Amino acid sequence: MQLPPALHARLAGAPGSAEPLPVERNPAAGTAPFRFAPRLVRFPREHDFFEDGDVQRHLYLQDVLTQVGGAPERPRVPEFTCQVAGCCQAFGALDDYEHHYHALHGNVCSFCERAFPSGRLLDAHILEWHDSLFQILAERQDMYQCLVEGCTEKFRTSRDRKEHLVMRHLYPVDFRFDKPRKSRGPAMPGAAEQVLAETLGDDGVPSEGDAMEVCSEHVEPPPEPAGERRAYSHRCLTRI
Amino acid sequence: MWSRERGRLKPLRCGVEELRCRRREREAALRKARREQQLVSKRLLRDEALEEAEEGCVAVIFGEAEIQQFLRLAQRGTEEKEREGALVSLRRGLQRPETQQTFIRLEGSIRTLVGLLTSNRALLQLEAARCLHELSHSEQSAVVEACLPATSYLLTYLSGHSSDFIELCLYTLGNLIVESEAVRRQLLPQGIVPALAACIQSPHLTVLEALGYALSQLLQAKEAPEKIIPSVLGSTLPQHMLQLLQPGPKLNLGVAVEFAWCLHYIICSQVNNALLITQGALSTLGLLLLDLAGAVQRTEDAGLELLACPVLRGLSNLLTEAAAEAVGRQLQLRDERVVAALFILLQFLLQKQPSLLPEGLWLLNNLTANSPSFCTSLLSLDLIEPLLHLLSVSNVVLTVLCNVAEKGPAYCQRLWPGPLLSSLLDTLAFSDTEVVGQSLELLQLLFLYQPGAAQAFLQQSGLQALQRHEEVAQLQDRVHALQQIALHG
Repeated sequence: MQLPPALHARLAGAPGSAEPLPVERNPAAGTAPFRFAPRLVRFPREHDFFEDGDVQRHLYLQDVLTQVGGAPERPRVPEFTCQVAGCCQAFGALDDYEHHYHALHGNVCSFCERAFPSGRLLDAHILEWHDSLFQILAERQDMYQCLVEGCTEKFRTSRDRKEHLVMRHLYPVDFRFDKPRKSRGPAMPGAAEQVLAETLGDDGVPSEGDAMEVCSEHVEPPPEPAGERRAYSHRCLTRI
Repeated sequence: MWSRERGRLKPLRCGVEELRCRRREREAALRKARREQQLVSKRLLRDEALEEAEEGCVAVIFGEAEIQQFLRLAQRGTEEKEREGALVSLRRGLQRPETQQTFIRLEGSIRTLVGLLTSNRALLQLEAARCLHELSHSEQSAVVEACLPATSYLLTYLSGHSSDFIELCLYTLGNLIVESEAVRRQLLPQGIVPALAACIQSPHLTVLEALGYALSQLLQAKEAPEKIIPSVLGSTLPQHMLQLLQPGPKLNLGVAVEFAWCLHYIICSQVNNALLITQGALSTLGLLLLDLAGAVQRTEDAGLELLACPVLRGLSNLLTEAAAEAVGRQLQLRDERVVAALFILLQFLLQKQPSLLPEGLWLLNNLTANSPSFCTSLLSLDLIEPLLHLLSVSNVVLTVLCNVAEKGPAYCQRLWPGPLLSSLLDTLAFSDTEVVGQSLELLQLLFLYQPGAAQAFLQQSGLQALQRHEEVAQLQDRVHALQQIALHG
């Protein structure tokens, strides 16, 4: 199919078009037995017309495995360690470090050093665990925000929220980023053990990696009887 | 695809002929699947370098005891490397369907895997995610559905920042999505649409391509028009998609292909195309068409037709919307460069993928049907002869010519003389009634509007050409009418 040579130049040129030729229809056009009339044509989803293109699309999706090379070579670098205070993980590839950094040091609570997968969960955690104003407000209004991105519901208690997560959003009952605050006493070695014990799964094996329970927690002291105040350090006792 | 190293083909382990044969088989299987409305495909993200290194090990099938051993080591090993190594071995093993079956039947295995996925050990997380990804790719529903306990976490991690990890989560989700409506019935309330809407703001091309893939799978679901597309349209996803389809130096082909398909699935579902038009979909697709036409001239890039197809479809379908007409009055849609671009693409498709030509001609029909402007462009850009070249491909060529001719004498004058007459005489020799019928319609218009056309027709033995069809039911009346007009004016 030969295209006029000027066509390519036209494509590269400025937008615009020639003045349209005058339209002048004769009523006899397209009348019986003739029937032509210009028609816009539309094809719905499942129409056979799309078969060829759809098949090509899926061949492509499948082809990505069989033909195209996989991920590009990860550049190896001389081994280096993570620079975050207290972390001594070593890496030989930047991608590995990127993932480590985001997983462990990305959304980290500055009070208790727990790491969270996202800013939203971190924000909810700080509010609910470390903000005394939150506790006060929560006595009067629904403050526990749903954890699902896009859902604006709020709840009176964290248990109500959990129920919402399970019933409405089909979340697992033991969703790991929604542990309610447990101990209300001062952070003590005993408390840390208790928390760890509670994270044992059904199989009795400590599920090590709950980001939320790895380090022992600092918790806000319960409201003290009038006249007594105690101060607690904000530093984590240990970091595993 | 384009964001990865291009041209790194796997060494051929079988002959070219065998590859072609396999491709034909796959194509036949896909056609069959589409006819049964079961057209789904899963994407498997395997690190090629890793895979080559692991060649020997994939043959091994692991039994219960071995799997348990790997899981135990991964969970409780003392050495970081040891734990990672155990998961890597498990992951390799999970490439085998037999091992997958054993794994999912083992009590607590998924739970342990999810525990590792949500651990604070980055490399364990990654390997656990890879294990899940292998499972998600399985052809066995039971294996895929075993991944369901992980979905809330996969979605949660989409709001994270580690691009490799997010990419993996997205491909896994994409595979899960196509598995069944039951799976989607879990993912939707878990917030997959808002999660994708948040994630689409990522600057990473690999993430965007993966997201586009997952979203395209979601939009292709049978229940999508009722259950999925409305919430997608209500989110910020369409705006971001259109932004990612803006032509220019930042346009990434792999990303664009995925989102163009997303757009096509939304548009052809006809849920709320007016909304898309107000968000600039027509304009974006039009610009993309121009850009594509430029690209096909410049490069030998394999795969431009993968982008051309959904763009042609999206534009064609959107043009049928009432809202399109309002937009069409803007210069953009009367721009004759659109017609020029379409023809350049038609030429490209003729060489690369002729099966897509009808789709290109469909767009040409929708552009010209109600537009004196585009009909004039066809004439002023000298495109009638190239168009005639495509007569053997589709009847729509004749329809387009009728679109032009029916606008009156000024148009027919420009169609005449030229090769049109001899082409029509050729088509009259076809036995296909559709083709002949359209030819007769065109002849009527030409006889009506172009003085001398009937006479020239007679001189070229037109009457004989008509006679062949005198007895054909669908054609008789029109044949006789034309004979009358030709002879008596």
